[in-house]
Amino acid sequence: MSRAPLLQVQHLSTQLGSLRVLEDLNFCVYPGETFALLGESGCGKSMTALSLLRLLPPNGRIVSGQVHLNGRDLLQLPEFAMRQVRGGQLAMIFQEPQTSLNPVLTLGQQLAESLRLHRGLSGQAISERAVDLLKAVGIPDPERRLGEYPHQLSGGMKQRVMIAMALAGEPKLLIADEPTTALDVTIQAQVLALLKQLQRDTGLAVLLITHDLGVVAETADRLAVLYAGQILETGPSQAFFERPLHPYSRKLLESLPDPQKRGAPLATIEGRVPPLDQRFSGCRFAPRCPLAQEICHQEIPPWHQLDGERGVRCFLWESTPPLVPVRPVSEKIREAGETLLQVEGLRVHFPIRGGLFRRVRGAVKAVDGVDLCLRRGQTLALVGESGCGKTTVGKAILRLIPITAGTIQYDGQDLARLRPRALRPYRKELQIIFQDPFASLNPRLLVGESIAEGLQALGLVPDPKARRRRVVQLLEQVGLDASAYERYPHEFSGGQRQRICIARALAVEPKLILCDEPTSALDVSVQAQILNLLRRLQQDMGLSYLFISHNLSVVAYLAQEVAVMYLGRILEYGRVEEILEAPQHPYTRALLSAVPQIYRTKKQIIRLPGELPSPAQPPPGCHFHPRCPEAGPDCLQPPPKIKRSETHWVRCVRRR
Amino acid sequence: MSAYLLRRFLYAFPILLGVNCLTFALFFLVNSPDDMARMQLGQKRVTPEAIEQWKRERGYDKPLFYNGEASGWGRFTETIFFEKSLRLFLFDFGSSDAGRDIGYDIAQRMWPSLAIAVPVLLVGLLVNLSFALFLVLFRGTYIDLGGVVLLVALLSISSLFYIIGGQYLLGKLLRLAPISGYDTGLHAWKFLVLPVIVGVLSGIGSGTRLYRTFFLEEAAKDYVRTARAKGLSERLVLFRHILGNALIPILTGVVVVLPLLFLGSLLTESFFGIPGLGSYTLDAINNQDFAIVRAMVFLGSVLYILGLVLTDLSYVLVDPRVRLH
Repeated sequence: MSRAPLLQVQHLSTQLGSLRVLEDLNFCVYPGETFALLGESGCGKSMTALSLLRLLPPNGRIVSGQVHLNGRDLLQLPEFAMRQVRGGQLAMIFQEPQTSLNPVLTLGQQLAESLRLHRGLSGQAISERAVDLLKAVGIPDPERRLGEYPHQLSGGMKQRVMIAMALAGEPKLLIADEPTTALDVTIQAQVLALLKQLQRDTGLAVLLITHDLGVVAETADRLAVLYAGQILETGPSQAFFERPLHPYSRKLLESLPDPQKRGAPLATIEGRVPPLDQRFSGCRFAPRCPLAQEICHQEIPPWHQLDGERGVRCFLWESTPPLVPVRPVSEKIREAGETLLQVEGLRVHFPIRGGLFRRVRGAVKAVDGVDLCLRRGQTLALVGESGCGKTTVGKAILRLIPITAGTIQYDGQDLARLRPRALRPYRKELQIIFQDPFASLNPRLLVGESIAEGLQALGLVPDPKARRRRVVQLLEQVGLDASAYERYPHEFSGGQRQRICIARALAVEPKLILCDEPTSALDVSVQAQILNLLRRLQQDMGLSYLFISHNLSVVAYLAQEVAVMYLGRILEYGRVEEILEAPQHPYTRALLSAVPQIYRTKKQIIRLPGELPSPAQPPPGCHFHPRCPEAGPDCLQPPPKIKRSETHWVRCVRRR
Repeated sequence: MSAYLLRRFLYAFPILLGVNCLTFALFFLVNSPDDMARMQLGQKRVTPEAIEQWKRERGYDKPLFYNGEASGWGRFTETIFFEKSLRLFLFDFGSSDAGRDIGYDIAQRMWPSLAIAVPVLLVGLLVNLSFALFLVLFRGTYIDLGGVVLLVALLSISSLFYIIGGQYLLGKLLRLAPISGYDTGLHAWKFLVLPVIVGVLSGIGSGTRLYRTFFLEEAAKDYVRTARAKGLSERLVLFRHILGNALIPILTGVVVVLPLLFLGSLLTESFFGIPGLGSYTLDAINNQDFAIVRAMVFLGSVLYILGLVLTDLSYVLVDPRVRLH
């Protein structure tokens, strides 16, 4: 390779207190390319970015190494010269656009800072350039936006502003730290396309930091896999996805849920990432590696540099076989059981109050006429982007929030009509698992107490000793040690906490569990464990799941039926094969195409313009028509429900 | 916004009525007018006639809530509750049990109170902010650590010690300022120096520590990282980004006490002999003059409610995210 690298990182090691968070990192980024740093949480990807910018937290320091940008070693620069580099040659965008902009300064003021500092502009020139930048990142009406504050923009728009701010100094390299993780798939597709286009226009190089294999496959030219502060493998991304060399990389790929893997358990990585306050005597992945030999535990594997710019840190790289394409396992078609839960015409409206006496002035129609049908022992997935009302549907079914209209038939009884006292027996039947396992366990209660609480409150197992036995049995059922009973939630990892939450839901022997994004806060390998557990419990106990998710690959793996939701309404409903293979609604098609995929076979990404409208003022007729590529004047009428098969219907006038 | 203000104004009425009922119950039901008269007249020559006359002179001879002898609205208005409590709503404070016009006294004594409280607040804010910014600039160093130790020490000392210590050191030993007293008009300034210094000093410990926490909290936020990643200097990051956001809780904390400055300080004013509203209240309590105490409690409640409304308004001014409906 003859081209000179733009950024060359050599032997970079960083400490955070006593933790060696980065150990001997070597990689380079060439002009104009996208280089991805791939890794799960805690592997040191963000620390790498902060080390390059020399913006480590107060207890962090770079122990050794060189970081050459355009031939200059950044680690040797005095601080004032480094400030010229930050934003000027090396800009960064962050994961959380919501909190990464200063809330009390206008967008114009925040953009002006960079323009003044790095481009030496002043006065009128600043606002002209700022307008150009906002235009370049696709923000409509940029002149007006300059005077606005960050809270007046949606998440996707804020990330565009962050990109505009990063571009203001005309950097050579943009570090993007999980730039789309906090965004919805259709917005993610917009932002990734914007980055690609900016790269084409300006020759910008991007260092993409992410945990999302799909995003890497779609955007990166080359990549490095980071594990426990060390690079395990580098290479061009195409070659990597065809044949990952390191066992860890293989495991990551195999643990991704996929419709092809339905019916079979996902590959998982046992154990946890090792603590970084130790001196390693062997391979860092060896304790969790299924292929590990004696030598892996005793010697630190050397770096093997191979042809085609590939490299790997493993003794056994030559013996790793190429990835076997997954053969679709024919799932036992389970008897479509009787209906357990039937929801009809569910509406949840939140009043908007205003004026002197706070009278109701309007309503946020979070859920506006939803029909669902869940059969015994099956999984129905409710899919949609954030703000579409899917969580509200779940809470309404459990009667955790007041219902405006509709019926919820559970086992022949309409839950919507029951008074609180009459509802109590049904609390045992329907349970819930929440998205964030860190926030959904009371930190002051022992794990055992949390799990036993339902048994006690509903008077199911009054005897304390019997209750304890039951809790221990539940802990074992979800794959935790009985000793977990006496411990507090903070002692567990995210995946373990989600297991505790599952045990808590199982405690009262429910028939239906509402899973509200149960894996979206977890790493891929941990997600696989939880999905396997949920699948096994369903098979063993005949549970029914109402699975709320924005992640279509998880849904495709787990669910039998799918309902696609948009702005309080269901647009399409059908068996999972029907939805995945023959999606009817333009929104479903766009949503499916926007999911980043590793092995994209055919279709183009359908990019939706704009964002989800406010449910306080939904568009007339079909809610989707302002963003719909197929919209016509007849979409202003309420869309008809068109039946495509016994199990598949779509609400769209174009499919008549 | 105007709807919000009007609603808050309407809410104030039931609150103040409640405050009035409570103070009324405390002062008239627990402690009957007869008891008041006996206390005021002293123990020696208390005859039933003297008590009756004392009550008649001050209007305490009427029924509490309902006057059966009067006619029409008079049945409700010619009562102690109406005359002594409900009139407060018109800021008609009546006369004190010693016979002085309370409204006039308050208007007179308000100014000395303000003359101390306003400089203490402004100078204190300036000192605390600068000190906190200084510590934040050196955060994580021994300067920061030493500063926090000093603040905790300052915080742990009783405010009485500051007063007496200040009077002894500056007044008695160094003879820089008079120990106590007050003068009219601009001549009062030399009597104000010592109380203001003492007031500022005794507030440094708690104020600076609080502001330092606000600054550190903001310094850990994501947008500060963004600002640094832009290449801004530490000075710009501190003054433009961190200060701008940390000023929101600081300013609103100041606004809430603004109206209460009128009431002065009980301790400082009595120790330094300042004829303000603080010492007025304290004297009234000592003299069992319940008319004054009642008036001051009511005034305090009104000013407190005003302070809360002003706080909400100040949020709208300094924080672009807040809108009142």
